[in-house]
Amino acid sequence: MQNSRPYIISLLVLLLCTVAAWFLNISLGSVNIPFMEVLTVLFSSEAENSNWQYIIMEYRIPKALTSVLAGSGLAVSGMLMQTMFRNPLAGPYVLGLSSGASLGVALVLMGASLFGGLAGSVLFSSWGLVLASSLGSLLVLLAVMLASVRLKDTMAILIIGLMFASLSSAVVSVLAYFSPAAQLQQYVFWSYGSVGDLSWTELGVLSIFWTSGIAIALFSIKNLNSLLLGEQYARSLGMNIGHNRALLIISTSLLAGSITAFAGPIAFVGLAVPHLIRQVVPGNDHKILLPAVIFGGAILMLLCDIVAQLPGSEHTLPINAITSLIGAPVVIWLLVRKRKFIF
Amino acid sequence: MVASGIDIDVAEGELTAVIGINGVGKSTFLRTISGIQPALLGKILINTEAREDIRPQQLARLISLVLTEQPLSKNLSVAELVALGRQPYTNWIGTLSAEDRKMVKKALALVNIEDLHNKKCYELSDGQLQKVLIARALAQDTKMMILDEPTSHLDMYHKAQVLKLLKQLSQQTGKAIIFATHEINLALQLCDKIILMKPSQVIQDVPKQLIQKGHFESIFPSDLIVFDPVTETFRIKT
Repeated sequence: MQNSRPYIISLLVLLLCTVAAWFLNISLGSVNIPFMEVLTVLFSSEAENSNWQYIIMEYRIPKALTSVLAGSGLAVSGMLMQTMFRNPLAGPYVLGLSSGASLGVALVLMGASLFGGLAGSVLFSSWGLVLASSLGSLLVLLAVMLASVRLKDTMAILIIGLMFASLSSAVVSVLAYFSPAAQLQQYVFWSYGSVGDLSWTELGVLSIFWTSGIAIALFSIKNLNSLLLGEQYARSLGMNIGHNRALLIISTSLLAGSITAFAGPIAFVGLAVPHLIRQVVPGNDHKILLPAVIFGGAILMLLCDIVAQLPGSEHTLPINAITSLIGAPVVIWLLVRKRKFIF
Repeated sequence: MVASGIDIDVAEGELTAVIGINGVGKSTFLRTISGIQPALLGKILINTEAREDIRPQQLARLISLVLTEQPLSKNLSVAELVALGRQPYTNWIGTLSAEDRKMVKKALALVNIEDLHNKKCYELSDGQLQKVLIARALAQDTKMMILDEPTSHLDMYHKAQVLKLLKQLSQQTGKAIIFATHEINLALQLCDKIILMKPSQVIQDVPKQLIQKGHFESIFPSDLIVFDPVTETFRIKT
């Protein structure tokens, strides 16, 4: 009904911001590399200094790509959960996925003394934490999927997800209580989240999960719009509620589960970005919201990663803390300034 | 308390009210016809085809719905909300065609709310929102429109306004409009037919016949209110 020009302009601006944030992210870090050299490495792969080339190709680009995939994936899964549960406080971890992942990682890191050799050998493999995190998320996902088949009320799934989160946290607390300090510290570092530890191979695996999750979200756009009217109206418009609910849960699990497995439980992005985007992009059509949220998540994560790296310094701050420190005040400011309804 | 043995038929261009005491099953009956909940018993035929055999997407082109609860996103604009009525006709991503846009404009015009099209739902009064939801159902372009208590939350003036609008729409568009209501006085004046749901029986007839046969006398327990066939209204028993 409305002119599509504002939508196109909004998306173009977000795309340009994503590109700018990407270049900024690659250009800044603990080692000072001139911007022209960064461009040379990116477009001709031949730098004056081979160390710079190594840093950019093997560290900064995978880290920036991980930021883009993690930020956009978490933001999209947050949007899916907010629309499905019709709850502005829902996020990618509302189904208990991060708690499941945390439990898996905690069992491997802190349960080593309980399980001995098996856990120890898994831990020493490079994919150990990824596997543990994925298995934890998968188990929670299967439980939530089973519940969703039996339950008619979508809100009940939300509560079941929260209960799984509480259960997992309780087990993690018990493990942490009995765990030696060194292993507890390892777990705490994992829980801070990190986008800088992925190899190109791991990045490849993550991107397969990301593409699958985004593709399902893309095919759910029409149903997501119907859900803006509530489930009963959506059903009267020809939507199969159970089928659609399963698709949204699978999409969220593919995105949030894989990102948590590779980059840890990154907080806030999934909850905040959909709200930020709703404040700056006109309309409620998920055709516009989905790409806008992808760009918004990528921008926020790239910027947070720049801050976390403390350019020029050797220290790196936890990405989890930075996403909340930057994101929360921005969301509060936008909501207060615009005075718009969230849902 | 719940009505059973329901056997009714509705025709195009007719406005039909469903009347009965709380808990008799008016909403359940309408939700079952509309396909948002399964039938407890029996069979519903739509154009001689069993409702269970009709695919949800096809059913959405036959029956549109306006519900009592409105858990919809209040951040939607009127134009966006009414356009969602076109979902059964749009492509996989929900893009509106020229025909869809025309139908949305027509629906806004029929309900006389063109001037509201840029307003957000949270800016509307209850009466305006009810009209918007009716426009959304009209945009769905179905032969039958079902409304579950469309006048609840409205004052007397707006109750009359909404029911008058339904009467006009049934005449102008030729749709079969069926709605549950507690506004018996208004329904008696405006409806072509009334479905009277009592636990013991379900009767469908024109208002005059129902009054003459004395069916309204037994619709509620008689200890508090009585139906006066002369004034065609209920009054407190003295």
